[in-house]
Amino acid sequence: MNRPHPFLSKSSRSDLNRIAHSIGGVPVTRREALRRSVYGSAGLLLMEPLVVRGAVGTTGSEARSVADGPAKSVIQIWLWGGPSHIDTFDPKPEAGRAYTGALDSPIETNVSGIRIGQLLPELAKHADKYSLIRGMTHGNNGHETAAYLVQTGRATDQDVFPGLGAVVSYFKGYDAGYEGLIPPYIVLTEPQGRFSEAGFLGPRYKPFATGGNPAAPVFAVEGIVSPEITEEQQRARRDLLKSLNTLGGALPGHAALKTVVDSEEQAYELILGDAGKLFDLGQEKDEIRDKYGRSTFGQSCLMARRLVEKGVPYITINYKGWDTHKAHFQAMNRKLPELDQGLAALLEDLSDKGLLDSTVVWCTGEFGRTPKVATESPWNGGRHHFGRAFSSLLAGGGFRGGEVVGATNSTGEEVAERPVYPADMIGSIYGQLGIPADAPLPHPQGTPTNVVPTEAEGVPMGGLLKELV
Amino acid sequence: MKGVLVVAVVLLATRVGADESVFEAGPVQFEKGSAATASDRIDEVVFGQLETLALKPANLTSDAAFLRRVYLVTIGTLPTEDEVIDFLASEDEGKRVILIERLLDRPEFADYWSMKWGDLLRVKAEFPIKLWPNAVQAYHKWIHESISENKPYDQFVRELLVGSGSNFRQGQVNFYRAMQDRSPEGIASTVALTLMGERADKWPDKKRPAMAGFFSHVAYKSTSEWKEEIVYFDPTLDKEGLYRYAVCPDGTPVNLDPALHDPRAVFADWLLKPENPVLARNITNRVWGWLMGRGIVHEADDFGDHNPPANPELLALLQEEFVASNYDMKQLYRMILNTRTFQLSSIAVQNSDEAVSHFAHYPLRRIEAEVLIDALNQITGTREEYSSPIPEPFTFIPDDVRSIALADGSITSSFLELYGRPPRDTGFESERARNTTAAQRLHLLNSSHIKNKIKACPLVSWGGGLARDEYPEMVERIYLNILSRYPTEDEVLIATEYAESTAPSARALANDLVWVLINQPEFYYIH
Repeated sequence: MNRPHPFLSKSSRSDLNRIAHSIGGVPVTRREALRRSVYGSAGLLLMEPLVVRGAVGTTGSEARSVADGPAKSVIQIWLWGGPSHIDTFDPKPEAGRAYTGALDSPIETNVSGIRIGQLLPELAKHADKYSLIRGMTHGNNGHETAAYLVQTGRATDQDVFPGLGAVVSYFKGYDAGYEGLIPPYIVLTEPQGRFSEAGFLGPRYKPFATGGNPAAPVFAVEGIVSPEITEEQQRARRDLLKSLNTLGGALPGHAALKTVVDSEEQAYELILGDAGKLFDLGQEKDEIRDKYGRSTFGQSCLMARRLVEKGVPYITINYKGWDTHKAHFQAMNRKLPELDQGLAALLEDLSDKGLLDSTVVWCTGEFGRTPKVATESPWNGGRHHFGRAFSSLLAGGGFRGGEVVGATNSTGEEVAERPVYPADMIGSIYGQLGIPADAPLPHPQGTPTNVVPTEAEGVPMGGLLKELV
Repeated sequence: MKGVLVVAVVLLATRVGADESVFEAGPVQFEKGSAATASDRIDEVVFGQLETLALKPANLTSDAAFLRRVYLVTIGTLPTEDEVIDFLASEDEGKRVILIERLLDRPEFADYWSMKWGDLLRVKAEFPIKLWPNAVQAYHKWIHESISENKPYDQFVRELLVGSGSNFRQGQVNFYRAMQDRSPEGIASTVALTLMGERADKWPDKKRPAMAGFFSHVAYKSTSEWKEEIVYFDPTLDKEGLYRYAVCPDGTPVNLDPALHDPRAVFADWLLKPENPVLARNITNRVWGWLMGRGIVHEADDFGDHNPPANPELLALLQEEFVASNYDMKQLYRMILNTRTFQLSSIAVQNSDEAVSHFAHYPLRRIEAEVLIDALNQITGTREEYSSPIPEPFTFIPDDVRSIALADGSITSSFLELYGRPPRDTGFESERARNTTAAQRLHLLNSSHIKNKIKACPLVSWGGGLARDEYPEMVERIYLNILSRYPTEDEVLIATEYAESTAPSARALANDLVWVLINQPEFYYIH
């Protein structure tokens, strides 16, 4: 099949897709047609190659057959730094001002009996859509190690395990039939670093981090969107690129150079074609953009919804600014309204579009913060790291809303009922995606390893969140 | 305006040479039976086999293509504009020989080949090798010094095999730490892969346990210094008596007595006997593969009956010359680089697998991640900042250190990962990915990383100050800096026409030309 000319109009591109459905007069399946067309193979080339690791630890690209679950996508909202649980989803007004500070008046939600922090009025209108896990615990107070724990379910030791996004990319990405041009694991906008990424699965399962700022006039997605270069300039430069390809001219039909041409066409599909337009938030109505809030976080939520609509299986929004040892309450007054607006809009929008049932929304940090306010100098009203008890919000993807799982004691300092450990949370999310807890991971030393750790490995477990499904 | 342009083009055309194409000089001249040097003898064997197979060799490379290739494969560094101009202007008939000598003496030679050995010897602070930063520095320093002083290869291997001492002070002992499996059989597998080019998992059942007996007394202990580890010979260690069943990999029986000798030394004696072909055939085949783009045995670390050499006579000749030179590594490089075989063009006569495996032309390879970023930095006058946040304490690399000189394979860099830097987990040659992906193309075409480099490029600011009638000079300098050659007449015309039709200013033209040329396969492939 001839490759499409790079300057084909949109209509001739879709002609090309129609032609692809009967290659050589023989009808082919849609998937096969996609594979043969530039769209189908594109994504495959956008990933890292498989690394041959020799005798141990094969990371084969054989299609992994795990079942479909009710959830197709996950949006992980990472409150980077660790948000206070008692100012957000587990308020403790009865504990007194030494604990609550000025935020002593939590509000009722639309589900009777559930109260949340007073700075979350929009989320209070949607409590039927999410559940609150108030018994989260792991006991670790270091940012990196706790972030690793919450996203891998395992304590740090010799091995570096993959986080959820990489595991989902492994089971639901290109190796498992995902064919989108947009990579299957996207981070908005900055990655957390390799300690919380692909681990031993390797760079093939790393996220694509967008860079840029979705709240800026142009969301400059790294490599895909160049605000200062017009489309016309891009096309002119591409022409010049072709006419000055002297080596290519001297080596017609060379296999390596054909890969170059193919890769370049796919790159330009993202730069100039429809796929890259996905990142153009200007295509959304102003009222929708306003509803999410014009903050980086709000627009990231909107971007995440657009990615979910395209079938991207895992999206992480890394939302900074929650590490509030000092000036904690000033930070909450600034950040919570932003979180409230963006997250509530996301839940409502997903629900309105019928996407919430197939999309897990998981909002958490690496730990909570000390319930008792640190009033002494130099903190003067701050909260410190607190891994013993914290809260996560979980919505959609088949998880029931309007519930509270577990509870802390009267001061929010101990888990009083139903502890939920990171491995329980992770295993529950995998379960909704159809990835069984005992699905094997390709450990580099060939050690039998399940996606969800077991108590036999010495990992504390409180049980999967069966009460929400 | 037009008149000036024509004059400039004529000038350039005379420099390119009327009968020399961009990539090729004339056909190979070679007379059978005239071999005077080791390089000639190699050519005789290669061209003899091509004739037998009725394969025609490609033409010789042009001077410019040779220059670029020999820089990239010998020192992992792009020639500068002045180096290109001087070499192309020289009328010395022996200028290729002289250039090869100069490159073998350059400090970048040791940097670049330490990088290569860092891959094979797994120089990496972090998981799964976990040498830790101090030991990485010591190990890399030992490798770098060995290459700088052109340590004979047999000595290099003996030091690796029998080393004992602190991982911080005796860099080479990290060989026994830089492996995922430190059991005697695990060590045997690593030694087989690294120094014999064989994969122990393809061996008959008893061969690996028999070799393990040489490594059953390797012991490790920590000290009071953070992450210091002593590697040593412990005669009391092997309680099961694995050593009693030790047999050399070629079946030679041995009688080990750990009370008297370190069994590792007995193994080294076997491996380093001049009449044992295993060591020399592995290293000569590897170096051939590194320089030629493909081993005589391919993959270069997969020797065995299942994978015979494409040209056994050639391999035997290389071994013989190498042993006769007393394991002189630079002599091995010199011998291969001076062959006509190395200096064949990439423009194939036949595009068959057979032509590739018998070296009828020089294969295209994408340049390595580290070499690519160094080349981009050289062209644009920019630098990279490297650091490694894990493990603590953090590592920060001064920004004048080139990427090929980085010691630690776990330094954080999304660019290096994107372009296939090997993870250094296993030491397999195939760990380094040299394919081209759409994500790589996106990065060079359109990332802010590259755009900012181009913006900062001195060629762009210089070019931005030129008048229209000086555009041919701009094109010429940009070609010399990026593609290491003069532009052809056609290329100058295309570029100046682009200026007329599209580029709004001199600066825009310079910017776009730099962008276009770094995005040419001619730039990011060795050809």
